[in-house]
Amino acid sequence: MTTFTPSTAAETLSTIAWAAAEDSPLEILGHGSKRGIGRPQQSEHTLDLSKLSGVTLYEPAELVLSAKAGTPLAEIESLLAENGQQLAFEPMDYGPLLGGEPGPGTIGGVLAANLSGPRRLKAGAARDHILGIAAVSGRGGAFKSGGRVVKNVTGYDLSKLMANSWGTLAVFTDVTFKVLPAAETEVTLAIRGLLDHHAVAAMALALGSSAEVSSAAHLPERVAARVAGGSLGSDAATLLRIEGFGPSVAYRIAALKDLLKNAGPLQEISGSVSYSVWRDVRDCAPFADGSERPVWRVSMAPSQGHQMVLALRMQAAVDAFYDWQGGLIWLRMQQDDPEAGLLRGLIKKYGGGHATLVRATPSHRAAIPVFEPQAPQLAALSARLKAEFDPKNILNPGRMAPGAGSATLAPATEGGAQ
Amino acid sequence: MSGLAMPKPDDATLRRRDEIVADMRIIVPGEGVVDAANAMRAFESDGLTAYRQLPLVVVLPQTVAQVSRVLKYCSDRNIRVVPRGSGTSLSGGALPLEDAVLLVMSRFNRILEIDFQNRIVIAQPGVTNLGITTAVEQEGFYYAPDPSSQIACSIGGNVAENSGGVHCLKYGLTANNVLGIEMVLMNGEVVRLGGSHLDAEGYDLLGVMTGSEGLLGVVTEVTVRILKKPETARALLIGFPTSEQAGQCVADIIGAGIIPGGMEMMDLPAIHAAEDFVQAGYPLDVEALLIVELDGPGVEVDHLIGLVEAIAHSNGSTTCRISQSEQERLSFWAGRKAAFPAVGRISPDYYCMDGTIPRKELPRVLAGMRELSEKYGLGVANVFHAGDGNLHPLILYDANVPGELDKAESFGADILRLCVKVGGVLTGEHGVGVEKRDLMPEMFNQIDLDQQMRVKCAFDPNHLLNPGKVFPQLRRCAELGRMHVHRGQVAFPDIPRF
Repeated sequence: MTTFTPSTAAETLSTIAWAAAEDSPLEILGHGSKRGIGRPQQSEHTLDLSKLSGVTLYEPAELVLSAKAGTPLAEIESLLAENGQQLAFEPMDYGPLLGGEPGPGTIGGVLAANLSGPRRLKAGAARDHILGIAAVSGRGGAFKSGGRVVKNVTGYDLSKLMANSWGTLAVFTDVTFKVLPAAETEVTLAIRGLLDHHAVAAMALALGSSAEVSSAAHLPERVAARVAGGSLGSDAATLLRIEGFGPSVAYRIAALKDLLKNAGPLQEISGSVSYSVWRDVRDCAPFADGSERPVWRVSMAPSQGHQMVLALRMQAAVDAFYDWQGGLIWLRMQQDDPEAGLLRGLIKKYGGGHATLVRATPSHRAAIPVFEPQAPQLAALSARLKAEFDPKNILNPGRMAPGAGSATLAPATEGGAQ
Repeated sequence: MSGLAMPKPDDATLRRRDEIVADMRIIVPGEGVVDAANAMRAFESDGLTAYRQLPLVVVLPQTVAQVSRVLKYCSDRNIRVVPRGSGTSLSGGALPLEDAVLLVMSRFNRILEIDFQNRIVIAQPGVTNLGITTAVEQEGFYYAPDPSSQIACSIGGNVAENSGGVHCLKYGLTANNVLGIEMVLMNGEVVRLGGSHLDAEGYDLLGVMTGSEGLLGVVTEVTVRILKKPETARALLIGFPTSEQAGQCVADIIGAGIIPGGMEMMDLPAIHAAEDFVQAGYPLDVEALLIVELDGPGVEVDHLIGLVEAIAHSNGSTTCRISQSEQERLSFWAGRKAAFPAVGRISPDYYCMDGTIPRKELPRVLAGMRELSEKYGLGVANVFHAGDGNLHPLILYDANVPGELDKAESFGADILRLCVKVGGVLTGEHGVGVEKRDLMPEMFNQIDLDQQMRVKCAFDPNHLLNPGKVFPQLRRCAELGRMHVHRGQVAFPDIPRF
């Protein structure tokens, strides 16, 4: 059991080349802040990239930033903030939900987990902002893809392929992201006291207007009190975030108020309360309770999520709240059983999507597919792709699925929703 | 032409042509198979018209089952297939091969679902880009990526090429606006990626499919996001004595936290050609002209117009007009939108290039282009998506003068080399296709290219789908599959410790 801590791309390459030659599996780590996600691993050795650190290029006027993969996200975010810029996809911090401290996490981990946040609705996820990578495949080959410019269709986009690969395809040594100006100001309009289905209708109305709502979340009654230090009170809160230049924000908030005047009691939230509300929604703070009770991250069409939750509640006790206009559903089971089969069956029944078991005991994570099982053709394609990058299965083996794939097979009876 | 090496036609396939055509008629009955040379002539090239080749046979399927059967049939018999949408590619991505079935997706022309609540449209791949906007615009929605060929290009082709447009700095490329696809692999398997939810599960195969130029699978259905139209849009038309000042103005606009809906630059030859053609009222005494368009609520646009105007003045603009009406805004764009045909008026032929550069390198690249222009004795006019650094040099030549096409192509290749040298890339939005295929080693080494080809192997291990495109040299998947490191032969026999 050895921990390798390379501080250069060349050292990273030689470690992986050695591991490939020795058939010796590696657990790939940045800060380990998301180590609890995925199937538990028993890799012989650990490749710790936290010493591979430092911003190598930042040109604010070109909207581009490059950094070594182990660079702390916090360092990058503060550098961007000094220049009035940000990673617009608002990467979430899994730390508190998984029982850790807030703050750690590397830029490589941001890409490997394809992180995003409430602004996903408008700005996309890490995959939408990655411009280029340098990486080492499980074959021990150092390759690059993409570049440092926003518009680039030269060759396959292997950078995007790395998003959500959880260290199973290649180890990044350098990443280049598009960065964007941070909004001058933000104001949140809350509609209070709505039931889930009314909230989803109100969010759809707001998103279908030209108010350019950048985030839309719904915190049901028992959840609302658990954000921003309880400052929202406990009534259900349907939250609409407006960001931009001052005069524009004021105008759009007024337009939204007019649009939603019959939806329910309206409340304007600004300044630090607005920031901390969205930070807590982003980080799933309502369920960061220090326990290991199962937490699911579910992605569905926005109009379908609350119907699935309603059906689920008839058979299992769950707490739920919604982001992305209702399309991202965070679920905490009140009992120890993750109820994976029930949940995934209902997702399929209500139009499809996928569920990731982001928090659970190691034994549940070993027994239940953490990532959504895939239809046979897609699972086979993913396994072939994995084999092309990592034929000996030495990079985070088994993290996404048993064996060498990225996904378990969906049970045959569940048909071809893929 | 120009010594472009395409994969050697397979004699066995050519000999079996009659049998293959007959089998295709069984799989796709009715009008869906075209085999007469004169009728196939319409498909012999795409938007890169310098390259022409008749296919083995043209097949126009109408159902996913037909696509699957055609591909499986070809896969089982080692027959190559070239997919084609509307054929507007500017890089030869849909160039037929003599021994390949040309699979034309134009009969997949239906919109399957419009869902305003979730703001998505599900369309068959042959629906045009503009067709999606047309289907939803009465409700005030639109599909954001707007390549200049949007009236003709298909959404399936947009996925294949990851198409952009003038608005992509603010609204993203195709990859950022597609949520899901259904596709058929070369072996006939039907696979769905993503759907009507925002993020797909597992590996981002949708990300790698987008921009894969028809080499990985045939798209049979596309789910896209639609957006509410901005309330209003206004534009500024700003002239500068030098391209450096115009470039600095662009940098300062972005530095002020403003991401315009569109930001276009034209150089002197392009300004003059456009003005002569459409009389847009462009100033003729400037070296560089910027069009900056701001969209959103009226108060926001008015606010930002004031900021941009001040930034333009501080960078020494000599003219700055602000559109006061929709008509005036459109007149600012008229010259830019007519730039290609305008250049077509002043030169018998032109060759459109498509590099992207870090924006700050613009003056250096323009200077380099002037030198190359003298060296080759050919003129060049530039239009530039200034916000995202995507440069479209138009090289002026006359195909009827022997050797000029070759000279234009060499000139173009040198421009792209220059783009890569300053930190840019070979192609921003037109794709590699056959056109830039042999320049790929300028940007990628063999390990980089091998890793890309390994992705191809996972999808199409026998290189049957659109071979001869993108990669300068096809290597057999079995050969790529070998590990380069073997026990006892590595450079680091001991455990490395850092």
